[in-house]
Amino acid sequence: MDLSDFAAAVGTDDPVTISGAGSRGGPVAGVRAVVAPSGIERVEPAEMTVSCGAGTPVAELDEALVPFSQAVAIPPSGTVGGALAVGQSGLRRLGYGPVRDVLLQAHYVSAAGDIVKAGGPTVKNVSGFDLCRLLVGSHGTLGFLGDVIVRTRPRARYEQWFRGTVAPDEALARLYRPTSVLWDGTRTWVLLEGDERDVEAQATTLGFDAVAGPPGLPRGGRWSIPPSQWAAVRGEYVVEVGVGIVHHAEPGPPVAVDPAARSLHQRIKANFDPTGRLNPGLDVLDPARR
Amino acid sequence: MTTALVAALRAALGPDRVRDNPTELSLYRHDASHMEGAAVVVCFPTSTAEVQACVRLAVEHDRPFVARGSGTGLAGGAVPPNGAVVIVTTKMNRVLSVDAAVRQAWVEPGVLNLDLSRTVLPAGLHFAPDPSSQQTCSIGGNVANNAGGPHCLAEGVTNAHILALEVVLPDGSVTVLGGEDPEPAGYDLRGVFVGSEGMFGVATKILVRLTPNPPAVSTMLMDFARVEDGANTVSAVIASGIVPAALEMMDQLCLEAVEAYIHAGLPVDAAAALLVEVVGLPHGVAADAEAITRIAGDHGVRTVRVAADDAERALLWKGRKSAFGAIARIKPNYYLHDTVVPRRQLPAVLRQVYEIVARHELLVLNVFHAGDGNLHPLIVFDGREPGILERVHAAGEEIVRASVEAGGVLSGEHGIGLEKRDLMPLMFSAVDLAAQAALRDAFDPAGRANPGKVLPSPATCGDLQRVPEGAWI
Repeated sequence: MDLSDFAAAVGTDDPVTISGAGSRGGPVAGVRAVVAPSGIERVEPAEMTVSCGAGTPVAELDEALVPFSQAVAIPPSGTVGGALAVGQSGLRRLGYGPVRDVLLQAHYVSAAGDIVKAGGPTVKNVSGFDLCRLLVGSHGTLGFLGDVIVRTRPRARYEQWFRGTVAPDEALARLYRPTSVLWDGTRTWVLLEGDERDVEAQATTLGFDAVAGPPGLPRGGRWSIPPSQWAAVRGEYVVEVGVGIVHHAEPGPPVAVDPAARSLHQRIKANFDPTGRLNPGLDVLDPARR
Repeated sequence: MTTALVAALRAALGPDRVRDNPTELSLYRHDASHMEGAAVVVCFPTSTAEVQACVRLAVEHDRPFVARGSGTGLAGGAVPPNGAVVIVTTKMNRVLSVDAAVRQAWVEPGVLNLDLSRTVLPAGLHFAPDPSSQQTCSIGGNVANNAGGPHCLAEGVTNAHILALEVVLPDGSVTVLGGEDPEPAGYDLRGVFVGSEGMFGVATKILVRLTPNPPAVSTMLMDFARVEDGANTVSAVIASGIVPAALEMMDQLCLEAVEAYIHAGLPVDAAAALLVEVVGLPHGVAADAEAITRIAGDHGVRTVRVAADDAERALLWKGRKSAFGAIARIKPNYYLHDTVVPRRQLPAVLRQVYEIVARHELLVLNVFHAGDGNLHPLIVFDGREPGILERVHAAGEEIVRASVEAGGVLSGEHGIGLEKRDLMPLMFSAVDLAAQAALRDAFDPAGRANPGKVLPSPATCGDLQRVPEGAWI
C-alpha cells in the first residue's frame, strides 16, 4: 500500500495524533489528527493472512473473510489499527489467543516521518527484533500504523454459548479448550466451538443449556488480574476465567510500576520519538489518564 | 584485567562455578553452528542474584557478556563475542511452580524443553513448542530464539507460550516483563524480549503457558509421486479451513536415509511424504482427518497410512525426528538451513533449492514444517573435501535469497545470530534496521549484551543517513 500521503500527513515536526473510529478512547484532544489509509489489499486464504490499511474497519475485514470461512482474532468495533494500537483482546482470548499474536507485519510512520517496516509477511518469522510486538498496545506513542498483514484463523464450523451453574474453574478443567468461560459471581457461561456433536457432548457433561450469547458486560473498568484470582473479585462484574480480564462496574485499582520497567519505557519512547510529538501526553503505563 | 574480573566473579559465585582454564573455555567457543568466538570466563550461576552479579561485574570490567543455555542454537547466537563473559544457565534448572488450574508454570531458564512437558504430564498438560532438539534445548534458549517446532503450526511459536519473564537487564537491574495477568500496563516488553537472541538481557525466571493434551489424535503418513503434489496438498488443506496440529514434509532422499536408520516401513519410492496430525475432540478429529484425506486424494496421494495406535504414532514421529541422526549415514557433516516462504510458493522454491544445490554439486535432504512454509534444506557434505565449505555456504546463501525473493523471510525459528546478520538488508531497509537498533539501544545503551549479533554493522547496511540520534547500530 502506498503510504507516502499518510507519511506526509504525519509530517516530521509538530505534535500529531491519530484518529480511528473513536471506539477505544479516540485521539488525543487538542492536537492535529491524522487518519490511516483504509481498505483491504489482499486476502490470502491459503497463507491464512490478510493485508489492509490500518484504518480499515474491523467489521469490513471480518466480512471480507466470510467467503473463505476465515476470521481474525481482533475484537469487533472500530478500526484494525485502533484495535492493534490499544492491544486489548476480546472475549474469545481463551480460545483464540491475545490480539498481540495476530500482527505479522506492519508499515508504520515514525516520528521522523519515515515509513518503517516491522516484522514479515509469513505466519512464521524470527528475522530480527519483534517490532510488531512493540507496536501492539503502544497506543500510537512509537509510530502510527499505516498498513498491516494479520494472521487469520479458521471460522468455527459450529459455535454455541451455554450457561449453567457448575463453577467456572470446574468447567475450565472439564472442557477441552473452550473458546470462552465467563463468571458473574453466580453463573457460568461458556462458548464452545468445533464439530457440533463434540460441542453438544461437552455441554451435556456439564448440564449447561444453550443461550443466545454472553452476558452484558459492566463497563466501569477493565481489570487485568492473575487468572488464579478469579474467585476473589467482588461487586458487579463478569470475569474472563482462565484469562484474568474482569469487566467491572468500578474502575480497577491503580497498578504500581517498577522503576526499572518505567525507565525502560522512557528510553524506548525517547529513542522512537525523541521530541514526544506522537500522541503527546499519552502515558502508555496509564493510558486512561490523559 | 581478566584476572581481576575472574577473581571478582569467583568471590560472587564461588570458585567451582567460575571457569577460565583454556580447555574449558574452548568448549564454550561455539554453539551448534559452524562459527566460533572466544570467551574469557565461563560462569554457572544458580540464582537471579548470581546472574545479576555476573552482569554487574561484566559492566564494571567493561566486558561483553552472553547468556547461554544448552548451546543447541544453529545460527551462532550463543557464540561468545571476543572477550566475553559467558553466563551459562544450565544450573538454573528448577520448575518453580505449576498452577494446573490456570495452566501456568514458573520455570528457571535452564529447564530442558522436554523435561518441562514431562513434569506437567500428570496434570494432562504440555509445553507446546517442540523444537527437534527438545531433549537437550533449554526454555531460556527457546525464549532467546523464539523457537518453533512441528506443533507450532496450530499452537504458535514460543512467543505465544511465554507470559512473563524476570530478567536481568544489561545494566544489572532486575525487572519483570509481562505478568501473570493478561494485560499488564505498558509496552509488550515480554513480547520483544522473546526472540531478542540474548541482546536485551538475561531471563532468570520464565512464566510459561501450558497447553492441555488433546483427548483424540489422528496421525497420518501420506506419500506422493511428485513433490508438488505434496506441497499443493498442504496449501489446499490450509485453504479449506483446517489447521492441523502438525503438517510436516520429507523428500525422497530423507525418507531413504530415515528408513535405513529406523526401519519404520516408510515409502522410500515416494518423491515426498507428508506427516499430518490432527488433534482435538473425537468427532472433530475424525471429520478433519477425513477431509484431509479427501484433499490429498484430489492431489494424487498414493497411500495414506493411519497410525493405528500410540506405538505406531511414535514410530512415525521417530521417523520425522531422527532425520538428523539418519543423515550421518550419508555424509559426516551437515548444514541445516531455515527459511520461510508463502505456502503457495513451496513447489517453486523447492525446485530452486534442488537446482541450486545440484549446481554446487552438493546433496540436499528436505525435512520441514510444510504447514507454515518453513523450509529446512539440509545440505550434507564431507568437511574433509577441500573447498567444500565455501560451496555449502554459497548454496545456502542462494537458498536464503531465493526464499526472500519468493516473498518469504530469512528465518522461521533458528534466528539471525551471526549466520544471517549480514543478510538482514535483504528484508529490511536501513530505516527498518535503525528502528530495531533503537529498540536494542533502549534495552542496552552500552551494547554489552551479546553484541555483534542480529543487526548488521553499518558497513553492510547501506544508507544510514536517517538513523535516529543515538541509535546503536
